Amino acid sequence: MITTPLAGYLLVAALLFAIGLAGALTRRNAILVLIGIELMLNAANLNLIAFWRYGPHPEALTGMMFAIFSIAVAAAEAAVGLGLVIAIHRHAHTTDLDEINRMKG
Amino acid sequence: MLEKADQIFILLRNWLVGFLPAGWQTAAGVVLGVIGIVAVFPGLFAITTVLERKGLGRIQNRLGPNRVGPFGILQPIADAIKSLTKEDIVPRDADAVVHFLAPVFLVVVVFMGFAVLPVGRNMVLVDMDASLLFYFAMGASTEVSIFMAGWSSRNKYSLLGAMRAVAQMISYEVPLLMSSVVIVMMTGSLSLVKIVEAQNQYSYGLPHWYIFTPWGFAAFVMYAIAGTAETNRSPFDLPEGESELVAGYFTEYSGFKFALFFLGEYLGMLSISGLGATLFLGGWSAPLAVLNWVPSWIWFFAKVMLSIVVFIWVRGTLPRLRQDQLMNFAWKFVLPMTLLDLVVAAVWRFMGDGLLRWFVCSAILIGVYVAAGRWGMRSKHFGPRSYRYAE
Amino acid sequence: MGFPFWILAALTVAGALAAVLLRNLVHCALALTVAFAGLALLFLNLDAQFAGFAQILVYIGAVAILVVFAILLTRSTETPKDGGVFSRTWFVGLVISAGAFAVLGWALLQSQPGLSLGPATAPAATVQQIGTALMGRYVLALEIVALLLTAALIGAVIVARHEREGTKEG
Repeated sequence: MITTPLAGYLLVAALLFAIGLAGALTRRNAILVLIGIELMLNAANLNLIAFWRYGPHPEALTGMMFAIFSIAVAAAEAAVGLGLVIAIHRHAHTTDLDEINRMKG
Repeated sequence: MLEKADQIFILLRNWLVGFLPAGWQTAAGVVLGVIGIVAVFPGLFAITTVLERKGLGRIQNRLGPNRVGPFGILQPIADAIKSLTKEDIVPRDADAVVHFLAPVFLVVVVFMGFAVLPVGRNMVLVDMDASLLFYFAMGASTEVSIFMAGWSSRNKYSLLGAMRAVAQMISYEVPLLMSSVVIVMMTGSLSLVKIVEAQNQYSYGLPHWYIFTPWGFAAFVMYAIAGTAETNRSPFDLPEGESELVAGYFTEYSGFKFALFFLGEYLGMLSISGLGATLFLGGWSAPLAVLNWVPSWIWFFAKVMLSIVVFIWVRGTLPRLRQDQLMNFAWKFVLPMTLLDLVVAAVWRFMGDGLLRWFVCSAILIGVYVAAGRWGMRSKHFGPRSYRYAE
Repeated sequence: MGFPFWILAALTVAGALAAVLLRNLVHCALALTVAFAGLALLFLNLDAQFAGFAQILVYIGAVAILVVFAILLTRSTETPKDGGVFSRTWFVGLVISAGAFAVLGWALLQSQPGLSLGPATAPAATVQQIGTALMGRYVLALEIVALLLTAALIGAVIVARHEREGTKEG
């Protein structure tokens, strides 16, 4: 079924993406939603690196560069996201997403 | 003869590996290297503990350990037997698995950092292209184990100590990295082997160590401050401030697991010293061209032990900082100075040879240092101390 | 498709599963660290040394620590009293993610024959080459990332800091 190395990596990345998506969509806690998003970003990074390694032009470094930039952006995303979670917790005294469903504070 | 003394460990390894069939030789060589690291650095740890207790005793006008062996030098063996035979207590509410994994993880990660340090000519376990990045990746992973220890103990002092330790380590990791970036920029390589080779040159019999340049000296001072904080050593030892937090994140550890934390902490100190020696003090290169005949690994370990002595001296001399002072110092003084140092290093690089660049670079660094010090102190009024309640 | 690949893949997927399934949030964060470590090892397996170490430095050293800090600051370790840790609409989410995985897997199986084009030997990606590319072809992207990180730093501080007394009641 899985015959080439690239397909193996892509399968792992697809699994990670699905797990991250499931975590982000089914959990109640806002922090766990962020964890799911991080997993999805990492799945994309794995895809980028795998395509760079087994693609036709690895010497161009494009996939690798994209992954490095993506890591840097993910760090910023985590900092802002968790800052927002802390601000919401201070405001609503909960991080339960089922309860934070009003537009008014 | 002297060549052989310099390469004695390499020759020994090759001789031992020679007994094995050809297919196994590479793997066996790596295993022997790992055994070497796992044997040598804990040995240095034992020496460091007795040195520290004797040195602190001398500073504080007391004798220090003097019962076990001549002048107390066998004290580490007694300590090891004691901690191995003590009962291992796990608190009832603790998260047993995480509580067990934390010290193991810490020691493993710290040992992995040693794999990229060149301890002598041709003597490095793994020579990779990005070894400095690997070292810092391992250094950053220790924070996770400290958090695991503090959280799993279910003890407020442990948790507070862990939070303090992690916040402090993250804050000081930035200047630690930035001061190393200066060296990377000037060498043009992240490989520690290449960094040492770039410093292993002599003009007029004096070495080209990075500490003997204005930007290198400034980076070394910043590295030393950040390294002291990174290893949670005094005066930055708030995470384990006895008067406030019992023992910080390892309050609930006893017996062998406590010994592992102790080992991890001292190994961290040895590895930060080793990296500092590699980056700024020329690694295994001799301090004078005429001393090149001394085996290279002796120089490396001499430099490491010298910085350990400085660590002990600082611990005996300086009082502990307060948490807000610690954070302000990291973000408002050390980090801006390392950023300035990057610029100064670039100026140095493009001014060409000559005395002028010495004056320009030193002037910028000293000027900003003095100005920043004045500005930071502007609102402090140092007068006679006043007591609110004691009088 | 050697022996190490399957071990690393299993480690990563197990870490990710534990990260979204465990009840205690700190355990989730620690499992997330395992998944990040597995991913870093997969990167090393793909000869992407620099990206692998950057992954450890940024994700394990910073993002995982940020996540545990946020968990402790919002006291999320106590599980909610009513019901479980999953949302009311958990079934919809599960169906959507299963659908996403089915589509991705189907596309993967359809394109199997075309996926073996690249060179079998490892491409050289030294730090020197990466640095040259960052300062040459990708310099604009580098500058934008620098700007973005600065903005994120300031934004995170402003969002998370205490609101001044008087601007808001309670």
